Amino acid sequence: MIEILRIAGSALWAHKFRALLTTLGIAIGIFTVGVVMAIIEGLNATFSEQISSLGSDVLYVDKRAWFQGHEEWVRSRQRRNIGLDAVDYIAQRSEYVSHVSPRVFQRGTLKYGDKSLESVTIQGVHEDMAVISGTEIVAGRFLSRTDTRHKKAVAVIGNSIKEELFASVDPLGQRIFINGRRFLVIGVLEEQGQMMGRDLDNMAYVPAETLLKMFGRRWRNISIALKAAQPDMVGEARDEVIGIMRRYRQLRPGQPDDFAINQQSTLQDLYDNATRMLWMVAIGIGSIALIVGGVGVMNIMLVTVTERTAEIGIRKSLGARRSTIRWQFLVESMTVSALGVVVGFLLASGAAIIVERATPLAARIPPAWGGLGVGVVVVVGLVFGLWPATKAARLDPIEALRYE
Amino acid sequence: MMQSSKGSSMRASGGNNHLITLKSVTKVYDMGKEQVHALRGVDLRIRPNDYISIMGPSGSGKSTLMNIIGCLDTPTSGRYEFEGEVVCDVAGEDVTKMSDNELADIRNRKIGFVFQTFNLLSRTTALRNVELPLIYAGIHRRNRIEQAKEALKQVGLDDRASHRPSELSGGQRQRVAIARALVTKPAIILADEPTGNLDSVTGQEIMVLLDALHEQGNTIILVTHETYIAEHAHRVIHILDGQIDREELTANGKAAA
Ligand SMILES: Nc1ncnc2c1ncn2[C@@H]1O[C@H](COP(=O)(O)OP(=O)(O)OP(=O)(O)O)[C@@H](O)[C@H]1O
Ligand SMILES: [Mg+2]
Repeated sequence: MIEILRIAGSALWAHKFRALLTTLGIAIGIFTVGVVMAIIEGLNATFSEQISSLGSDVLYVDKRAWFQGHEEWVRSRQRRNIGLDAVDYIAQRSEYVSHVSPRVFQRGTLKYGDKSLESVTIQGVHEDMAVISGTEIVAGRFLSRTDTRHKKAVAVIGNSIKEELFASVDPLGQRIFINGRRFLVIGVLEEQGQMMGRDLDNMAYVPAETLLKMFGRRWRNISIALKAAQPDMVGEARDEVIGIMRRYRQLRPGQPDDFAINQQSTLQDLYDNATRMLWMVAIGIGSIALIVGGVGVMNIMLVTVTERTAEIGIRKSLGARRSTIRWQFLVESMTVSALGVVVGFLLASGAAIIVERATPLAARIPPAWGGLGVGVVVVVGLVFGLWPATKAARLDPIEALRYE
Repeated sequence: MMQSSKGSSMRASGGNNHLITLKSVTKVYDMGKEQVHALRGVDLRIRPNDYISIMGPSGSGKSTLMNIIGCLDTPTSGRYEFEGEVVCDVAGEDVTKMSDNELADIRNRKIGFVFQTFNLLSRTTALRNVELPLIYAGIHRRNRIEQAKEALKQVGLDDRASHRPSELSGGQRQRVAIARALVTKPAIILADEPTGNLDSVTGQEIMVLLDALHEQGNTIILVTHETYIAEHAHRVIHILDGQIDREELTANGKAAA
């Protein structure tokens, strides 16, 4: 076996340039699939980290689905807004839901003393939001039922706001201005980091009622966040909430839903679809390149066999069996393939590093590369090398020896 | 001078101590339109330590005969026994033939070839060329190199082991080929015009080498067109038109008898 490898190695070395050209097809195939695999591996890591902040047992009742086609989007624009009263409507009727909170969004400017902070996300919520979002309070307290029912002007601020506005002061009990209205800071949230490039800490919670009273119309559209009572009952909760919402909307049987239930898995599905597309493209381009590369290998091996007919004759006259000759050429074609795989992976690693540095995408070298590499070497090398190798093995020793 | 012994039958030295036995061996090349009868019924016996020259005009079938003896080719009809084993026996529809692998193994272990054109692997060193048959015999690397060096030493080329064929003279290349032929200690060495591509002085050097191998107990068959080369052997077999025309004993042969 070692001898066969040595023979293959020296045969290839004699035609370095040709061997390299032959491997190009395989290298391109491996490069394409390799880069896509690296990017998907990187995306997977980032995505699963970020998506977890949505909570897998949390449902969001919205006027529209998070992701939809253009037509759907136009149609769903006609839907009635979901009002704040839907929150209590659901809370009173649902069994599978343990916590319910509205989410009303407002972009705001925060002022404390002479410092100010723009583009802060103000979320109008209920007391249940603490549990639903799973965020811990690091100082003070979260909103209470009293705060929300009595439309108190209180705020729980995110970590970024604390650091920007209250660098040296304890924020608790301080008065801040949100879009010119005065609020009392009652709590500080733990740091949450980023999701999809957005700073999750550049926000403040205020009672939903307060927010609507101060900044919006009573019937402005809201989103509702719900937490399933049990993590394994998300499906039941979803079905139940759909029923409740249909009653709330007074839909007759047969009428389509005029609201949407969104959840983390919606994102997950979307992501899976997107990466599946990426996979298909990669596999498509990759297999075409590999077939082209494989045919290249076969072609070059046929040329090699013809060129080395005399050598094959000599080897046979010295007692090489057919199987020995066949293996000699198979190992050679596999070595060519291996060369292509290595070149392809080197290029792909380079590309992965560039992607990692120059774009917001993460790229990681996945362990599956090893399997892919070995698979390609064996399959391409064996499949496309078989015919030339068999041709070599079948040569008649005398005719091979006479060959000029 | 050689003495003709036309008509005298080959000495059947009794028993089964023949290395090689050919019985009415024919070889027909089917060229589509016409058939070429390269051999037309050859009977031949070779005993261990025989030293035989085959002579004959071009196209008379010498190489064909050597290829059959060397298990590179199989007869169209007739029987071929090697060390008492049937390599090939074709009588009409009745065919007994060794498998391809068995033939390869006989070539590997029992036969050493020396060709007119040397037939060395050009990209490989002398030592590696000599190692080749040992590789196919599955001999371990360390023993292999040792044996190959020993064989090179025997042909006086131990200082050229790492040279490629292109860096060697014709005579030296043929010595490498002889080293390669004898490295497996084969039962017989077949040399088809081993001096054909060499000048007469170099040719003589090669013959001295073959004489020495015969001295040491090797069996040798060589094909040549030159009488002075043929005289190194003990027996000369003349082939004409695919048949053994006559056979004679050389001076060497008589001296040995
Ligand atoms: N592969 C083949 N196909 C067809 N005819 C062949 C083949 N090999 C040999 N012959 C024919 O068989 C006959 C004997 O050829 P062979 O090579 O044995 O002659 P030779 O005695 O060795 O001649 P030379 O002295 O020129 O080497 C010739 O007529 C040759 O043309
Ligand atoms: Mg000839």
